[in-house]
Amino acid sequence: MTPLPDAPAAPTAPRQPARRLRRFSRAERWVHRGTAWLMGICVFTAACLYLPPLSELVGRRRLVVTVHEWSGLMLPAPLIAGMFFRALRADLSRLNRFGRHDWHWLRTVLRKRSKEGVPAGKFNAGQKLYSAFIAGAVLVMIGTGLLMWFTHLAPVLWRTGATFVHDWLALLLAAGITGHVWMASKDPEARLGMRTGSVASWWARREHSLWKPDDKD
Amino acid sequence: MEEPRVDDAPDDPGEENERHGAPVGRRVVLGMLGLGAAGVALGSHVQDRIDAVLAEVSAKDPTGVTGLLPGGGGFRYYSVTSSVPKRNAENYRLTVGGLVDRPMTYRLADLQAMPQQRLVHDVQCVTGWRVPKTAFSGVRLSALLAASGVRPEATAIRFDCFDGAYTESLTLQQARRSDVMVALTMQDKPVTHAHGGPVRLYAAPMYFYKSAKWLSGITLTKSVEPGYWEKLGYDVDAWVGKSNGRSDDPTS
Repeated sequence: MTPLPDAPAAPTAPRQPARRLRRFSRAERWVHRGTAWLMGICVFTAACLYLPPLSELVGRRRLVVTVHEWSGLMLPAPLIAGMFFRALRADLSRLNRFGRHDWHWLRTVLRKRSKEGVPAGKFNAGQKLYSAFIAGAVLVMIGTGLLMWFTHLAPVLWRTGATFVHDWLALLLAAGITGHVWMASKDPEARLGMRTGSVASWWARREHSLWKPDDKD
Repeated sequence: MEEPRVDDAPDDPGEENERHGAPVGRRVVLGMLGLGAAGVALGSHVQDRIDAVLAEVSAKDPTGVTGLLPGGGGFRYYSVTSSVPKRNAENYRLTVGGLVDRPMTYRLADLQAMPQQRLVHDVQCVTGWRVPKTAFSGVRLSALLAASGVRPEATAIRFDCFDGAYTESLTLQQARRSDVMVALTMQDKPVTHAHGGPVRLYAAPMYFYKSAKWLSGITLTKSVEPGYWEKLGYDVDAWVGKSNGRSDDPTS
């Protein structure tokens, strides 16, 4: 393995800082930030349209609808822009692929209810499934949202079906996002990784023991 | 798909391995797109079933949580403005004006003193939700029109609301139907602020956006002046099941 750029030159140096590993590039962090903001706006405006107490508080139905429609439509934009960056493409292909260790991770975590000590690559199987779920869900929400937005696109039976899918998938998405935020809230080092781009090597060994960071991407 | 192995010792995958293996992510995304399409095709039937179940459950649900589920029944609050002033028996006024012989102003008590009628019909919103068998009572709109004397050149009505933004319209012929009224009670209780109280319009045979909340003005006009949502593309003649591209069962 090639030494990392920020690896200490002299291993004997006194009180060397904890070794940091590069986990996310600047582009990846911006994609995450942009997606999170858009998703946040989408969820908040959805709540204002859907929950009567919030509707009564906020009102302004037309404005809220417009913001919801456009923030939803824009949701894939950060990821699409990020596709121009190699590091992001590399991580996408990591998220896409399931190795043997991922199946092992899933089985073990489902059985033990804890991911402690279970080997994982740069992303564990849960993260891989979550990212795929969000990607699929956003596409389905945009499709069904467009059917409801442009009412002349489809017969009324499909529009009712689109409402059905949009409503129920929204609940699943809310549950998924809550879980995502909950897990992040329990892991400060993971949040640091997404905020600054690097993580402590002890954390990488503990959470992603099979991850072999390199600085090629 | 790669067969998951049963042993508990995975091979060291190595960095090359991380980019290989089954494309589960892609399969999940494609699977969700397929499920989404199936949901659009069949969702209408499924939601009907769910509505039936939820209607039974929510009747026995003291927490009201089921009311938050899609199709959980009940009304949804729509307002087009940021906040709506509150009016009560003291400061509520309803004016009848425009092309009439005798412009009138009614207080809440005046309306309560007039002959009342009670109707029980389903309420159908153009966005899809439907609330079964909802009681409204109040004064027939035709009675208020007769009291003010409609001039011959009037053919339509504009309704104004004290939220300051919402408007609605009806043709004179529609307004004179016996199932169109100025409602003072809903579900046998005074109309609450959230439901457009103290006084709202109730046009039983039409989509619920016609039943303007927070009614404050009835103005007779020469021709139909499209209301708030109608300027944004909703049908002016909003018969349930025969407008807005929808095929709901009629409500009245």
